[in-house]
Amino acid sequence: MTEISPVLQLTGISKRFGAVQALIDVDLDLIANEVHALVGENGAGKSTLVKILAGIHRPDAGHLELDGHELVLSGPAAARHLGIAVIHQHPNLFPDLTVAENVFAGRLPRNRVRGVDWGRLNRAAEKLFANLGVKQRVSVPVRGLSVADQQLVEIAKAFSLDARVLVMDEPTAALSGREVQRLFTIIRQLRGRGVAILFVDHRMEEVFEIADRVSVLRDGRHVITAPISELTPADAIRHMVGRRLETLFPKGQAPIGEVALEVRGLSRSGVFADVSFQVRRGEIVGLAGLVGAGRTEVARVLFGIDHADAGEILVTGKHADIKSPTDAMRLGIVYVPEDRHEQGLVLDFSISANVSLPIVHRLSRLLMIDRAQEGRLAADYSKQLQVRSTGVNQAASGLSGGNQQKVVIAKWLATKPTILLLDEPTQGVDIGAKAEVHRIISQLAAQGMAIVLISSELLEVLGMADRIVVLHEGRVAAEFDRDEASQERIMAAATGQAEA
Amino acid sequence: MRVRVLGLIRRWETLLVVLLIAFVVLGSSLSPYFLSASNFSDLTSNLMEKAIMALPLALVIIAGEIDLSVESMLGLASALLGFTYALGWPLWLDIPLVLVVGAMGGLLNGVLVTRAGLPSLVVTLGTLALYRGLASVVLGPRSVSGWPEWFTNFGFAYVPGTLIPWPLLVFATLALAFLFVLHRTWIGRQIYAMGKNKQAARYSGIDVAKLKTYLFILSGVLSALAGVILTARFSSARADNGQGFVLDVVTSVLLGGVNIFGGEGTIVGVVLAIFVIGVLRNGLTLADVSPDTQSVAVGALLILSVAGPTLVRRISAAWPRRQLTSPVSNS
Repeated sequence: MTEISPVLQLTGISKRFGAVQALIDVDLDLIANEVHALVGENGAGKSTLVKILAGIHRPDAGHLELDGHELVLSGPAAARHLGIAVIHQHPNLFPDLTVAENVFAGRLPRNRVRGVDWGRLNRAAEKLFANLGVKQRVSVPVRGLSVADQQLVEIAKAFSLDARVLVMDEPTAALSGREVQRLFTIIRQLRGRGVAILFVDHRMEEVFEIADRVSVLRDGRHVITAPISELTPADAIRHMVGRRLETLFPKGQAPIGEVALEVRGLSRSGVFADVSFQVRRGEIVGLAGLVGAGRTEVARVLFGIDHADAGEILVTGKHADIKSPTDAMRLGIVYVPEDRHEQGLVLDFSISANVSLPIVHRLSRLLMIDRAQEGRLAADYSKQLQVRSTGVNQAASGLSGGNQQKVVIAKWLATKPTILLLDEPTQGVDIGAKAEVHRIISQLAAQGMAIVLISSELLEVLGMADRIVVLHEGRVAAEFDRDEASQERIMAAATGQAEA
Repeated sequence: MRVRVLGLIRRWETLLVVLLIAFVVLGSSLSPYFLSASNFSDLTSNLMEKAIMALPLALVIIAGEIDLSVESMLGLASALLGFTYALGWPLWLDIPLVLVVGAMGGLLNGVLVTRAGLPSLVVTLGTLALYRGLASVVLGPRSVSGWPEWFTNFGFAYVPGTLIPWPLLVFATLALAFLFVLHRTWIGRQIYAMGKNKQAARYSGIDVAKLKTYLFILSGVLSALAGVILTARFSSARADNGQGFVLDVVTSVLLGGVNIFGGEGTIVGVVLAIFVIGVLRNGLTLADVSPDTQSVAVGALLILSVAGPTLVRRISAAWPRRQLTSPVSNS
């Protein structure tokens, strides 16, 4: 490539949140008249990078240069003022103001009596949209517009501010196919007008359609930047998943028994459709997919929190009517939810009150809780799962993430379940506790439990699961046996790539 | 954390005892009559209807909801009792009927809150007006009197051989039952769980909607019972009986240390607070302060009871929390 000086250059950007190193020494350069795609798995650091460009976060190390000048973004307003426009996945507009008012928010033209000069405002906005080649009524409130149209309002706004750099964070996530094509047409127009565009996405087909160059982030690090012509989608996916050093506790051998849970054509309108799979006793089935692919939603239906519109759930071969968590528990189905603090635990309660919560009525005689039995139960499971605490009377709020997760698991084991649904069981726990949670899951499978493991971490799914069901946009995109699964194949299915 | 919270609640109850003693001392300095046995039984009799309504309300608020309709349920019960009695129906039929209507009123609140998903503040504010309106539809502006002696005696006479008024016996029995249910049984545990974290309670298989509905029904039944007792004590059934009670009832519960956002509170605290407010009102009455003017003091107590614990918690939490979170939250 010829030497073109970049509009925006990032050098050695690092950012840390508490214990999590979100970005490590990332370099990136954006060139005028170019669409630069930034891809990576969930949690790779894309959003953090976008937020740094938007002036929401400040990097701990490294620097940004705009046209060769050092750039300090003191806040979102500063970023906008300096010509960096960020369009977030969910447009950030004033719903009750008109399109024109949103475009020129804070800069409304005034008339002689210091009121808004509506005529001038609307003409300016109309001209702007005409320039973009878009038909849009500018005097209607934004509330009634589709997400796609709201994005265009954001783009028009960026354009009116003479943005040099346009950052789009997963702009197509909520768009239909036709809307995506319209957006791409506009992006191509903008590219011809000297704007540098950063297109953040993880859908390979879109990236390869629109981008000129692509950069890959993995675990907060910049892996590669290459012209799109020098990469294939498979290469990009390989760079996204990479090889990680973490050792995971692999699943031990467990005798696989009869089918414990079967899902046939399960659908919930607008969330997932026609999902079918089986889980046998002693088997771990991984549910893989990107965030929003419908994995948690399937689990919520299996646990009776939400309800399916169509399809059937069978437990040990019999039709199961699950209307509530109580029904699910009666059938031996339990769910370790994604959000420990909001859904898994009553943080103010002691370990023992948390462990006993689902069965506290069964631990009671004449309504009265048998505290001794309750304490013993909690102590037994705490010991079995190696919960580190000052005792079963310690409040759950004082435990580390890993130990909190063990308390949630203990709570469900105390109900003597046969089917265990685990939703991101190791999210936010440290490496040591993670290995312990893996060991526990593996032991439970060995004892004959049927386990559904939802995880966004591919290595976790690959290490633990006997079979992997991959969801893409609410549908089963692929199903792999343990020995035929690979990170690349899962990622390809999860991002909507047909099997190569 | 739990130890600290428990400690705070204990301190809160200690504070209530101190407040109670202070008001008693203040009352006795206002009037020599204050400390007499007959004033004491007057004072308690006056309190019991509100006290009986405060117990279920405490559970409703700990569970994360509120029931403002209690005083109108009382009025509706009184009106209905008068209406049916005036028709010549025997009291053994009228009283259970009134309690059933109380249950239905509570059920309506419960269904609107848990099934229709409406906020209980709005629902019960609506039924506060609705049930009072029904009361005057039933009985109009008249009052029904001419009750049998055993019935009016039940309103204020002593349990034979003691200085304990019958309503106090009813309340004491109920208070013990509530103490047991809230602090010793799985039902109490589930009530705390749903008040502290509704989602986690639901995800733990607790039927939050059903339990809350039962609590509203309980509130309706006991408000109706309070209506029966008030009718007996006044020897008069009127549609406007108990008007304005909701202020004292809600204040008792919150002053008793029940967290307005749910999840925290004890029956002992609520019982203490009921007497704090009763002694305060009694003392002010003896000092010739009109009931309407007394509301200034009760209203102030209500706000203090909500602001007090929050303030204490904020002050005690501000120091270590600030030190803990500053490196992260600055990012």
